Amino acid sequence: MSSHYEAPIREPLVLGEKSYHDVSVEIGAPILGRANKSWWIVFTISLVAFLWGLGCIIYTVSTGIGVWGLNKTIGWAWDITNFVWWVGIGHAGTLISAVLLLFRQKWRMAVNRSAEAMTIFAVVQAGLFPIIHMGRPWLAYWVLPIPNQFGSLWVNFNSPLLWDVFAISTYLSISLVFWWTGLLPDFAMIRDRATKPFQKKIYSILSFGWTGRAKDWQRFEEVELVLAGLATPLVLSVHTIVSFDFATSVVPGWHSTIYPPYFVAGAVFSGFAMVQTLLIIMRKVLHLEDYITVLHIDYMNQIILVTGGIVSVAYITEYFMGWYTGMPYENYVYLSFGAATGPYWWAFWALIICNMVVPLTLWIRKYRRNIIWTFVVSIIINIGMWFERFDIIVIDLSKDRLTSSWTLFQPTFVDIGTFMGTIGFFFVLFLLYARTFPVISQATLKGILKSSGEGYKRLRAEHGDDVSHVQQLDQGDFGPAANISHKRFDNSFAYSRNPVATNPSVPSEQVRQGKIAQLLANIGVFDAKIETQDDLQRINGVGPVLEQKLHQIGIFTYTQISRMTDVDYELLKEIISEFPGSPQQDDWAGQALILKNEK
Amino acid sequence: MAANKIHAIYTDDDLLLQAVKQVRAEEYQISEVYTPFPVHGLDEAMGLAPTRLAITSFLYGLVGLAVAVWMMNYMMIVDWPQNIGGKPSFSFHQNMPAFIPIMFEMTVFFAGHLMVITFYMRSRLWPFKQAENPDLRTTDDHFLMEVDVENHDIDKLAEFLYNTGASEISLVKTEEAH
Repeated sequence: MSSHYEAPIREPLVLGEKSYHDVSVEIGAPILGRANKSWWIVFTISLVAFLWGLGCIIYTVSTGIGVWGLNKTIGWAWDITNFVWWVGIGHAGTLISAVLLLFRQKWRMAVNRSAEAMTIFAVVQAGLFPIIHMGRPWLAYWVLPIPNQFGSLWVNFNSPLLWDVFAISTYLSISLVFWWTGLLPDFAMIRDRATKPFQKKIYSILSFGWTGRAKDWQRFEEVELVLAGLATPLVLSVHTIVSFDFATSVVPGWHSTIYPPYFVAGAVFSGFAMVQTLLIIMRKVLHLEDYITVLHIDYMNQIILVTGGIVSVAYITEYFMGWYTGMPYENYVYLSFGAATGPYWWAFWALIICNMVVPLTLWIRKYRRNIIWTFVVSIIINIGMWFERFDIIVIDLSKDRLTSSWTLFQPTFVDIGTFMGTIGFFFVLFLLYARTFPVISQATLKGILKSSGEGYKRLRAEHGDDVSHVQQLDQGDFGPAANISHKRFDNSFAYSRNPVATNPSVPSEQVRQGKIAQLLANIGVFDAKIETQDDLQRINGVGPVLEQKLHQIGIFTYTQISRMTDVDYELLKEIISEFPGSPQQDDWAGQALILKNEK
Repeated sequence: MAANKIHAIYTDDDLLLQAVKQVRAEEYQISEVYTPFPVHGLDEAMGLAPTRLAITSFLYGLVGLAVAVWMMNYMMIVDWPQNIGGKPSFSFHQNMPAFIPIMFEMTVFFAGHLMVITFYMRSRLWPFKQAENPDLRTTDDHFLMEVDVENHDIDKLAEFLYNTGASEISLVKTEEAH
């Protein structure tokens, strides 16, 4: 049985008959190509939101946090709601990359890169809120245990808020190196495929000089595994500690022993919802439908279903315990009859409907695999999880122990603007990422191509499990291209792989003429009487020498080149000896079409 | 002595793995293999020793734990003991439960970061480091095996490598050591 065997009942994770090269081309395409119009529109909107938020933050810091809607009773509101919401969203990435790596889930490879990016960007947003809330953010370094001018008055290591500082900074930095280490081979692929010198330079720096030696790969895999082992308890600890901010207090509704597991499940729930929201758009915009398939969406929906179930059980438990204590005070906590019918009834029901009811539709396979519905559900869950944090914080605080101080919370434009600003900032970062980073970890994906690719699965189905998985490549020689300068290459061996070409009974010139005729039949013959020749050197990849050779064959116009298909490229390579570059890679036909239309 | 090498390029991972085994069976010396993705079983086939990065990570974790214990003991117990909410901090073991979260975080912080730094240093990876893969296609879909020529017959070696399935072979003459 082949070492690439995978149970045929498993659906393919990579669609289409892909070779390793196809994977490189398709994942490199969004980076090496140009941004389209819709990218610029979304980017501009996000940037405006971000700048608006920045304005609100500057206003807050220069005036004081009195510009928020906080009052004497409700001293924490949107700021901490947003903080917990963003931290929660930042849990899916590490869950996908770490926990699913430990469980050897192959489907993670298509989504882990973007999920990790989303994690880092979400944690950056989360980190903003405690810093703004300090009022004097330039003193933020006071949270660090460093000697100071107050006779070394140290930070309080008994406080969950300080645990947060350590947990979130560890989480952010570990996620960052995990992400970056995984990116090195992919940056190297982009570096080696880039043709523009500036681009090559940038990716050369980003890739840290990754070369893909066998020993490096061995270490790489070990490091990924150990980081996954470290990040798994880390990701659980982060939201556990965030929940301690509430659970170690004495406010009813907050002082709850089920908070840590319930918060972690809720974080994964909301994180996966955000991953779905982003990836459903991204796979469409970047044409990655073959890599992020309906199967991936289905798997993520199953995780949403499980974590959503845990969250629902926690809600029911909280509601039950509030009622079971028989204490009238508990009737005002965020999951109680009082909350459901009180002034915050709308927030209570938003929570129940968005987080408990709507996700139940995902029990049905048809809905789990419906992309539009998944997108709608993911947005609803994002809203629901924001309400969960809002309910915990605001409803629990709104009715405190002194009846006379019961009040409601009214957000100001600054509260709203800051929140919108972080959403804008998040999308700005994610959009920049999608344009400049390899959004799928193509190196590891190539490793599962033979076991889980559709083409290879079909190969096994048709020819049995012992069929050779060796991929047949027939590519033009790129010539001696190397990252090492001053290195001499001697191609002193004249072994031929293609016996037909050296067959002496067929005159090679006759074969060549036959191929030229075939090529011109495909792309059309140039007629000097009615057509004028175009400047072929404007096509990226065509130099003066190559242009001359094309003219010799009889190719003079963009129209001719724009008709070329892969078959014609191959013919061209056979006709022109020592063909430099790769027309497929440079997409001559596409370029020629654009130039033709520009005329 | 000029250390000449032969670069044999393969277009498939299965082919490469098979070739590595054949080349080693013939007792030729493989000095390096460049692959675009981790090929499972390649390190074993090449006879590479297992990496010890996981062990270093464990040791770094212990360092992190020790630093956390020392830091919190010094700051909270020795240097400036306080009475926080009626819970005086005069002895380490009574305060220890509250220190566990940070002990854990510091352990993970040290174990993760120092291991990655060790990896980068050992594999010579850092910004502005020039890549050294001899063929640009080895990060895309080609696999390059570097075989030491030593004092073998070059033609025989090349012929042998072609028979293992190499699609391109080139002789690389390294300059005299200077």
